[in-house]
Amino acid sequence: MNIPVKIRVNGTLQESEVEPRLLLVQFLREACGLTGTHVACETSVCGACTVLVDGKSVKSCTMLAVQADGSEVTTVEGLSHDGKLHAVQESFWECHGLQCGYCTPGMIMTAVQLLERTRSPSRDEIRHALEGNLCRCTGYLHIVDAIEQAAKKGGA
Amino acid sequence: MAKTKRKAVKKKAVRGYVGRPMKRVEDPRLIKGIATYVDDLKLPNVLHAEFVRSPHAHAKIKAIHTDAAKKHPGVVGVFTGADLNDKVGAIPCASPLPGGKSPEHTVLAGARVYFVGHPVAVVVAEKRAIARDALDLVEVDYEPLPAVIDPEKALEKGSPLTHPELGTNVAFTWSLPAGDVDGAFKKADKVLKLRIVHPRLTPMALEPRGCAASWHAGEASLTLWTSTQVPHLIRTLLPGLIRIPENKLRVVAPEVGGGFGSKLNLYAEEVVVSHLAIRLNRPVKWIEGRRENASATIHGRDQIGLNEVAIRKDGTVLAIRSKTIADVGSYCQLLTPAIPTLTGVMLPGCYKLKAVRMDITGVHTNKMCTDAYRGAGRPEAAYIIERIMDLVAAELGLDPVQVRLKNMPKPAEFPFKTVTGQLYDSGNYQAALKKAQELAVWPKLLKQRDAARKAGRLFGIGLSTYVEICALGPSKAMAAGGWEWGCVRIEISGKVTVITGATPHGQGQETSFAQIAADKLGVPIEDVVVFRGDTATAHYGRDTYGSRATALGGTAIVMSIDKIIEKAKTLAAALLKSTSKKVEFKDGRFFVKEKPKNSIGWTQLASEAYIAKNLPPGFEPGLEASSFFEPSNCTFPFGTHIAAVEVDRDTGQVKIVKYVAVDDCGKQVNPLLIEGQVQGGIAQSIGAALMEQTVYDESGQLLTGEFMDYAIPRATDIPDFVLGSTVTPSPSNPLGVKGVGEAGTIGSTPAIANAVVDALSPLGIRHLDLPFTPERVWRAIQQKGGRP
Repeated sequence: MNIPVKIRVNGTLQESEVEPRLLLVQFLREACGLTGTHVACETSVCGACTVLVDGKSVKSCTMLAVQADGSEVTTVEGLSHDGKLHAVQESFWECHGLQCGYCTPGMIMTAVQLLERTRSPSRDEIRHALEGNLCRCTGYLHIVDAIEQAAKKGGA
Repeated sequence: MAKTKRKAVKKKAVRGYVGRPMKRVEDPRLIKGIATYVDDLKLPNVLHAEFVRSPHAHAKIKAIHTDAAKKHPGVVGVFTGADLNDKVGAIPCASPLPGGKSPEHTVLAGARVYFVGHPVAVVVAEKRAIARDALDLVEVDYEPLPAVIDPEKALEKGSPLTHPELGTNVAFTWSLPAGDVDGAFKKADKVLKLRIVHPRLTPMALEPRGCAASWHAGEASLTLWTSTQVPHLIRTLLPGLIRIPENKLRVVAPEVGGGFGSKLNLYAEEVVVSHLAIRLNRPVKWIEGRRENASATIHGRDQIGLNEVAIRKDGTVLAIRSKTIADVGSYCQLLTPAIPTLTGVMLPGCYKLKAVRMDITGVHTNKMCTDAYRGAGRPEAAYIIERIMDLVAAELGLDPVQVRLKNMPKPAEFPFKTVTGQLYDSGNYQAALKKAQELAVWPKLLKQRDAARKAGRLFGIGLSTYVEICALGPSKAMAAGGWEWGCVRIEISGKVTVITGATPHGQGQETSFAQIAADKLGVPIEDVVVFRGDTATAHYGRDTYGSRATALGGTAIVMSIDKIIEKAKTLAAALLKSTSKKVEFKDGRFFVKEKPKNSIGWTQLASEAYIAKNLPPGFEPGLEASSFFEPSNCTFPFGTHIAAVEVDRDTGQVKIVKYVAVDDCGKQVNPLLIEGQVQGGIAQSIGAALMEQTVYDESGQLLTGEFMDYAIPRATDIPDFVLGSTVTPSPSNPLGVKGVGEAGTIGSTPAIANAVVDALSPLGIRHLDLPFTPERVWRAIQQKGGRP
């Protein structure tokens, strides 16, 4: 039996009837067509699927769409406004904080959340904040550089 | 610790892109989340495939019951080996060795399954969730058989057999005798023995594999989108397997989320999905899950080597004799046998050994196949020779730096021919070592170690002076062409289109190739677009692996531009009312030497070349050229990595206190991207040194089947590095570049290992096998009583 949900995604209300088992990440990718949120582990280890739900970073592969009913969700596609990149996106670009790009949306969403909580995190605090996000390409250092730079520029 | 330092480079107006740390043109789509990976493709009317996989390492298939799955609403079909294997060809190995024995590698299991994860059947359904549900409805009756897990035991008499019909577990043997080995051992003052285990590793690209195929019935042609490093190799190999002509197959590697060698293959799933798209006349998509990726995408390394080393009292290393067992797993995938042979070829490292003998036995076991994982045979070679250098130093009471310097060829000796037959193109190993020592503040580091040891702490310093073989490689050394292809077109508007047959997938050549082309043509980089990864546009290619894309693909672009400039001179001469011999080209303008102000640029020339009203007689319209670059030799990047570690005596935890790397990859096109490659490579190497190991239990169950169990480094595991470089141009290509994709993975693990063993040396420990997990290190400390 499908269940109706109303989820505001990147400012747009998405109304849909979903299977109770549908994951939030599947809802975003399939029902909303927002494929920037990636699946890489299916066990909430890697963080490629990280989005913001009511302002908090959440691994959308371990949250059901029905649990997000009534929530506001921000995905990587919702970060830039009027063609202007978010400061974190800009700094990932500047600092070569990505290679294959697959972990990048999750990394960026985690970084956005970190900078909302902590204005000028130390490099170790940044590393700690990224513990739930895996990257196999970069060795993380350029990602840490990027978040440090975004923080210096004001974070948002 | 200071963060990675980078020199600020002033931006220049238009010219001189090469050598600058430029941010990437591919990034906006990736940081906005609007790039298209295979799973992001929207194909109308698409079906979803899921594979039933073996839970056993070795078993007979007695029966497969598919009725319940077939009746499940939304299921379109269920296919077993009996339905499929005779309709398509078997998975090829492109590098078989003479006398090698491997069974036919059918796309789905036949009478037996040979590893956990072996595909047994495929379910096709209207939705992915339905296909996954239906997997549980396929019942397979297995009769478990004894599994072959330990490759050494597999060679003992009476061992169970992975493939009973072969009568042996030996997949192949290969010998590399180079120089007078026996003579060298006779001249030796001492012979050292060192058994080295290179653990099996799982590549774990963040994006799992996946593919989608669409059959265009009207044209009788197929498009395959697949997360691969090698769309061109697939286009060469796949048509025969699915029985369509090569020119009816288009292979597209869309955005690819990491490869590291694991996507350098033709996999069974690609064949099955392609076949089903034709058979069902509907698009079919398959996306690998993480557990599938860990169990049924190739693994790397997994060698055991018994090494004997002939040395002189003064620290000269004369010869190495190595008996190596390579655990190849159940089948030979595309390059499986070639990987350990590369270890043999590179065994001398950057030293003047007089003789080397490597005897390799490839062994079939009931595991996933091993194949190329970042470095592919070279990390093993660097690890052996660099451990040996430290062992020699320890044995003779010499300085590990001096032992290395004593055995290195001098810069004047290049090109240097190794005893194994490689011609090292260029090098200055001493300079890289010196620079790394300077960056590490070597004397201070030694004092730090002394002080730590006096205080009873376990502090160690390790170095590795590595050389690798890249830009693979002349066609005579490769199974199906070692060239690379490129095409450049000046469009009618004057914009520049570059098409490369190399298939970068995260390395950034959409940017670095644009830098090369913009400089060479004298145009703004914004006017250049680089296309890659689609056999419909990049007609030829040998793709990206073995750190080859820039050295070979970049050169094919340079060659094409040279041809265009030559052609454009003829047209410019006609328009300038001169002769082509008198026309010069500089900074994007064509002019006659005496009248430099009267010049013509690409926009005007392109317009004339295509509108074609004022062409000189015999001038072929258009401004386009393509080229195949066939290299005369490989390239040999090198460098020195230095690690300082501290081991916690109570927990066995290894902490990297300092990490310095000086890499020489020849001329640098984009230092920012090079830094990224080096950092990522070192991080993977830190994983291999400290935490990663693919584990099967004694029954062949895979214990490291996902990120929960297979530890890859996290941000907190990677310290800041001090990076530097030296630049020794390669004479093997006109760009002078060498390649850098694997340097970090090759140079780093031995440096960390040497540091850990150095830290433990006061306890009397001379060697310890990877990975240096806290448990393994703690046990080693305990065995020695825990105190020096």
